[in-house]
Amino acid sequence: MKHPAPVRPSATGHRRNTLWLAAVVHRLSGLALALFLPLHFLFLGAALNGEAALQNAILWTENPLAKIAEAALVFLLGLHFLGGLRVLVIETLAWRDNQKQMAAAAATVAAVAAFIFFIRAL
Amino acid sequence: MSLRLYALQRMTAALMIPLIAGHLMVIFYATHNGLAAAEILSRTRGSLFWAAFYGAFVGAAAIHAAIGLRSVASDWTRLKPGALNGLMWGAGAILLALGTGAVIAVVMP
Repeated sequence: MKHPAPVRPSATGHRRNTLWLAAVVHRLSGLALALFLPLHFLFLGAALNGEAALQNAILWTENPLAKIAEAALVFLLGLHFLGGLRVLVIETLAWRDNQKQMAAAAATVAAVAAFIFFIRAL
Repeated sequence: MSLRLYALQRMTAALMIPLIAGHLMVIFYATHNGLAAAEILSRTRGSLFWAAFYGAFVGAAAIHAAIGLRSVASDWTRLKPGALNGLMWGAGAILLALGTGAVIAVVMP
């Protein structure tokens, strides 16, 4: 029996699907958060050396680049949180047909939350 | 991923739903007038509630992230099961140690 020629994943067209994008965004945002977490913990650990040490660390975050990075992290946390809720809903509740709308709503809410945070933090 | 890791991944995700929602609310509240060490520490130092909140958060996040990293490495690299498990345990141990240190730093009176 002759087997069909293998198809490269990138040639199947599934990577243009909104829900494939949602899965990749969920994975990449999780990866970024996992890499950021040790820095976040080390930053807060400065409080072991007293309130002044923590305040010094906080002063470092006052520069515009840090503000943008903070807003990006809030966005990533929001994305991963809402994307994770989407996964839990798919796996534990009855199937719904509005998967793409749920993914788009998750991204929109995360973006709005990060934007509000950024404006307030400025 | 084994069934046990899958279940742990989903259980920690469910546990973190209220924790992340609370954390985001605290972030918005605390950054409203600019972050201040005195303001943060006055809220957390000596507080059993925040010790339990952040302690649970660190534990769940360390487990969740470690299993997640293992899944990503399993899909996107050619690491063997032994190396994948080493990555998972190593990442989990580092996150748990640093996270516990951070919680102690902000809640110890």
